[in-house]
Amino acid sequence: MGIEILKVGMADLNSARHPCMITTLGLGSCVGVALYDSVAKVVGLAHVMLPCSEQARNNNNVAKFADTAIIKLLEDMVKLGAKRERIVAKLAGGAQMFAFSQSSDLMRIGYRNAVASKEKLQELKIPVVSEDTGGNYGRTIELYSDDGRLMIKTIGSGVKQL
Amino acid sequence: MSISFDELNNVQLDVLKEIGNIGAGNAVTALAKMINKKVDMAVPKARILGFDKVSQILGGEEILVVGILLSISGDLSGNMMFILDINAARQLVNILLDDNKLTSLEFSDFELSALKEIGNILTASYLNALAGLTNLKIMPSVPQLAIDMAGAILSVPAIEFGKVGDSVLYIETEFSEGVTKVFGDFLLIPDVDSYEILLKALGVIE
Repeated sequence: MGIEILKVGMADLNSARHPCMITTLGLGSCVGVALYDSVAKVVGLAHVMLPCSEQARNNNNVAKFADTAIIKLLEDMVKLGAKRERIVAKLAGGAQMFAFSQSSDLMRIGYRNAVASKEKLQELKIPVVSEDTGGNYGRTIELYSDDGRLMIKTIGSGVKQL
Repeated sequence: MSISFDELNNVQLDVLKEIGNIGAGNAVTALAKMINKKVDMAVPKARILGFDKVSQILGGEEILVVGILLSISGDLSGNMMFILDINAARQLVNILLDDNKLTSLEFSDFELSALKEIGNILTASYLNALAGLTNLKIMPSVPQLAIDMAGAILSVPAIEFGKVGDSVLYIETEFSEGVTKVFGDFLLIPDVDSYEILLKALGVIE
């Protein structure tokens, strides 16, 4: 039998127990926050669009923001049997898709999403074990529950494993 | 006051959609002039979609697409995007270069700049229509082009829309020259404070 495949959309999150694979397709300036507890074999993935819920006028969707999405994802994973102190994080995405000369807000959003995700994880004492952020290309990522590996696929920049 | 596409009433939405139709119509007319050929256009479809459905715009997050992005300034600030799938981009370049035989999905620098110019003309004429209708001064920047997965390209406008709501407004256009059909989408992305300016200028809010 094949493993269960869960899809995470834009401004969305999901978590599950082994055996499963969680994927999000076509990450651009958004950041994929992948969390893993290797003992309980619980995985969680969030596709965050914006760094901070406090700056937004509409923050009903917790999965949209790095700060609130990470907290919610951790809670969901603990409910599935994960232990906070065992959870590690991997990050991917946060690209700058268009090369504008002026460093406007829109253009630096990928970088800011990655920074905000790392700051929130640090605050919550979740170690970031590896990351593949920045660049100017899109990424499809797959998080596997058997060993917590994060596969990163791109168009033109190859396949990577974190 | 916070306005997002999630909260607009039907009248306001219809006005925005109509603007989209007129803008896209203007864009196609400009294209016809540029290539000196008759270009037909189907009635554009304006839609509001939730983020979860954004990828459906072009048929999936991993579809290879061409995105042309420019920023707008003046009375209205924000961004504008024209997006089309890679095959449509090839057809568009072929129409422009008057060569139907090219099939490669790799574009030369020359073809890329032709594509950028098409995007420039299409978006600028869309914005001209908007400026004319609203009496607002709208100045477009030099466009930037990127070719990548649809999800990744669309993340750029989606993030901007995300600051105010959970949905995006896009205008689906279909135009044809002879037997060649080209599908493309326009996304107008006003900054947070520009929604109100836009809707006021259109007379749909006080």
